[in-house]
Amino acid sequence: MMKAIDLKMLRDLWHLRGQAITTALVVACGVATFVAMRSTYDSLLASRDGYYAQFKFADIFASLKSAPESVRSRIAAIEGVTAVETRVVATVTIDLPDVREPVQGRVVSVSETDPNPLNGLYLQRGRALEPGHENEVVISGAFADANGLRPGDHLSAVLNGRLRRLFIAGIALSPEFIYEIRPGDIFPDNRRFGILWMNRKAAGSLFQLDNAFNDVVLTLGPSAVEADVIQRLDSILEPYGGFGAYTRTDQYSHRFVSNELAELQVFGTFIPAVFLGVTAFLLHLVLSRLVNVEREQIGLLKSFGYRDRDVGLHYLKLAVLAVAGGIVIGIGLGAWLGTGMAALYGQYFHFPVLDYSVSLKVIAYSVLISIGAASAGAVLAVFKAVSLPPAEAMRPETPPNFHAGFLETAGFRELLSARSRMVVRNIIRRPLKAFLSSLGISLSVALLFIGFYFFDAIYRIIDIQFGQIQREDVEVTFVEPRSGLSVYDLASLPGVIRVEPYRVVPAILRSGNRSRRVGISGASNDNELRRIIDRDFRRVNLPPEGIVLGKTIADSLGAKKGDKISVEVTEGSRPKKEVVISDIADELLGMGVYMELSALNRLMNEQSTVSGAFLSIESDKKDAVYKRLKTTPAVAGVAMPESTLTSFNETMARTIGTSTTFLIGFACIIAFGVVYNGARIALAERGRELASLRVLGYRQDEVGRLLLEEQAILTSFAIPLGFAIGLGICVIITRVVDAEIIRLPIVFSVRTFLFSGLIVAAAAILSGLLVARRIGHMDLIAVLKTRE
Amino acid sequence: MPQSDNEHRPMTSRDDAVFKVRGVSKVYRMGDVDVHALRSVDLDLYRGELVVLLGASGSGKSTLLNIIGGLDVPTEGTVIYQDHVLTTANDAELTRFRREHVGFVFQFYNLIPSLTAIENVRLITEISEDPMPAEKSLEMVGLADRKDHFPAQLSGGEQQRVAIARAIAKQPDVLLCDEPTGALDVKTGKLVLEAIKHINTELGTTTAVITHNAAIAAMADRVIHIGSGEIVSIEKNEVRADPADLVW
Repeated sequence: MMKAIDLKMLRDLWHLRGQAITTALVVACGVATFVAMRSTYDSLLASRDGYYAQFKFADIFASLKSAPESVRSRIAAIEGVTAVETRVVATVTIDLPDVREPVQGRVVSVSETDPNPLNGLYLQRGRALEPGHENEVVISGAFADANGLRPGDHLSAVLNGRLRRLFIAGIALSPEFIYEIRPGDIFPDNRRFGILWMNRKAAGSLFQLDNAFNDVVLTLGPSAVEADVIQRLDSILEPYGGFGAYTRTDQYSHRFVSNELAELQVFGTFIPAVFLGVTAFLLHLVLSRLVNVEREQIGLLKSFGYRDRDVGLHYLKLAVLAVAGGIVIGIGLGAWLGTGMAALYGQYFHFPVLDYSVSLKVIAYSVLISIGAASAGAVLAVFKAVSLPPAEAMRPETPPNFHAGFLETAGFRELLSARSRMVVRNIIRRPLKAFLSSLGISLSVALLFIGFYFFDAIYRIIDIQFGQIQREDVEVTFVEPRSGLSVYDLASLPGVIRVEPYRVVPAILRSGNRSRRVGISGASNDNELRRIIDRDFRRVNLPPEGIVLGKTIADSLGAKKGDKISVEVTEGSRPKKEVVISDIADELLGMGVYMELSALNRLMNEQSTVSGAFLSIESDKKDAVYKRLKTTPAVAGVAMPESTLTSFNETMARTIGTSTTFLIGFACIIAFGVVYNGARIALAERGRELASLRVLGYRQDEVGRLLLEEQAILTSFAIPLGFAIGLGICVIITRVVDAEIIRLPIVFSVRTFLFSGLIVAAAAILSGLLVARRIGHMDLIAVLKTRE
Repeated sequence: MPQSDNEHRPMTSRDDAVFKVRGVSKVYRMGDVDVHALRSVDLDLYRGELVVLLGASGSGKSTLLNIIGGLDVPTEGTVIYQDHVLTTANDAELTRFRREHVGFVFQFYNLIPSLTAIENVRLITEISEDPMPAEKSLEMVGLADRKDHFPAQLSGGEQQRVAIARAIAKQPDVLLCDEPTGALDVKTGKLVLEAIKHINTELGTTTAVITHNAAIAAMADRVIHIGSGEIVSIEKNEVRADPADLVW
């Protein structure tokens, strides 16, 4: 048999069902986002770490020109090194019949002897490489999927200047390429970039590295000091043209995955916090009102001998029960959303298995924080109920005290009708409540604003990157730096309109005790195809002497314009020189380091030399040129910005559609919850007042307007406030996101303001109208007889 | 609906009925029981008169007032206000009727706590077609000097007089007062009744006051005794007593 006081609680809850449901929905969103993001985070982290451990992902990476295999033992002898894998790594051009443009491949050698090498392969399909098979490759999963390649197929590639037909033995994944992207790109293009794994011996002989290597990866023991190992490794490799060793932090794929995890952690905390904050506020509103209405009942219970504790617990239970349904829905919704998020990540991040699961820990946390939020919301009302002395509780509450607000005394009084004054004073009388209501609604605006901001930022990036910077049809990279004269060979290809050569040299920049491995790009100021453009669309000009640093690089070196910086080139004759920083470029990525082409050639003590060129081609001749380039031995790689953009747009369109739908849904639930509860409570508190006006001849719509004007004012304050909060958070986000991956531009389109404002306004209007309908059911006669 | 003529007219002949109530019954269904609040009531209210509807709690007097005031519709019978049949009017028409012709005074004043005295009056003058200035109506109830006070700063009697000022500011054809002194002590109750009488005499507004307090009956032109949903008797006072002289 249920206790009478619990029956009362259930009936109170039933009576408040509209408010309970809207609050529960907000809780559900909070729990869902928490569960989805946390469990996705946990699952990604566990999958990544499990993958790394099982397939022995390396700790230190280094590339070099070429070193004899004998160097390996010296590396293995470095203190703290537990395993060494020497490799042959090279960039090649692949000719796929179904892809009109040349495709870039990265050849990575695989040990034939070590059954469990570093950065081991997870074979998805087909078979592993067999020792002794020369023209055999295993290709990366994303590349295979994007191009429909299967084990048993063949592909043609130009390897070290020679066209080869390669047999695809299998399809595999590697912890080294969880995020499979061409170095230097912002977005992946799996159709035009892929990994080819080859037998070490075969790769060695193809790239003239028999018994030698040009790439080495290591794992370290737990006590090893990374910086020391890097220093030792660099000094061993220096005579062999070492480009400088680096840790996982600078490993391309690892860096992207880690950045994504960090973002997920931030959003997984921030977004649920917004929902649970709103939940606490809504419960505060509902319960405070309930305790006010039930003053006499509370007095009665206490005079009958119910303890303060019983009364307090009674209302606390009500609060928890009100959110309980939301928690259950939220966990289910969260698990479903998480599955979707994990699947989405699975499209970008290639794990052997991305085991998505919701742990008991996440569920327990979500229940705990929701109950915590509910209790926080209930605490003031519960405290009030507990502290009411029985005798006082039986007396009606003293009438609210109103006074004219600042605006009215300041002389605006006569501008306001009596009706508007009612509305204004109701807001002013409880400024904190009004502020919190506005804040609640503004958070839904902010949520949308932030969501739409990402699209603004991404489209700005595309606009700058592909509209302003990468305007070439194709970028050609030579296998080796070549004489500047080779430009004429490219220019002589039929259909080529313009050729802009460039030079890239790997170097270590040092400023004080900080250093960075960079590629210095040498370009001409006359370039029209590939230009240096800052975030404000301004063109950056290269001075005849000196070096220009991207902002992120400059910041990380603590260097500023006019400083002298030490440049140690890790190619060719490896010159070391002091160079003046002639400018800092506020670039989108901020990772660029530039010199005027001839200045760079002088730095390198070389004649006119180029590493590659940007080409523009007549549109009807493109296919012919691509075909030539695919099979030109001197060409190591080819990149086409346009095709990258197309494939990116396809993925983005899907992602945008899904995430926008959820964002709008979430924001509407918050706005709806806040406005609905605000209006319901106003209706309950001022029902008598409004019914009196109906008796006095006010029409239903006029009374409805009186009721909703307050919510309308709060909403109209909330919208600009939401813009401000959203803007602030966007600025914070741009700082959280790893600047070395992307510097998110701070741009907001009119659409972002318009949509985030209008969607919330629409949700507010809808919920307001739902409450206003109740005015029609008001009992006008009862009001004449009853005292509040 | 026709515009009311607001010029003062003393109570005249029997044909000058503002309200004609004919055969009005009201049955509420409470659970399985039918409650007959009114049983076939016939009543006329005349222009400019002040009537007191006297009856015990549950006698049906409030139901009758609510029907006359356009807040409720009878189960049977007709109510005609001038040439308008209220009993067939819909909600919007009843609202318009109340807005244009009726002034209400409640037992518990029902002032808007967030508005000052004069603003409570303006709340009504702002939606009326031909109101008197809000200041004037407060003057008529003797509260001109309290016009900028909020309800919480006024005594019960003062609040009720603000309510009267609010009811008359639109210059209604009829003033309906439901237990206007019910929540007040004798002294302040008399001040409120004086205000009602003053309005009735000065503006000639047809006035109906509901009360269970027999002492108030002496100030009326006619006293209508109601019991068990029926008019028990109607008595006519030859001389209307001054509220100040009432004793209860």
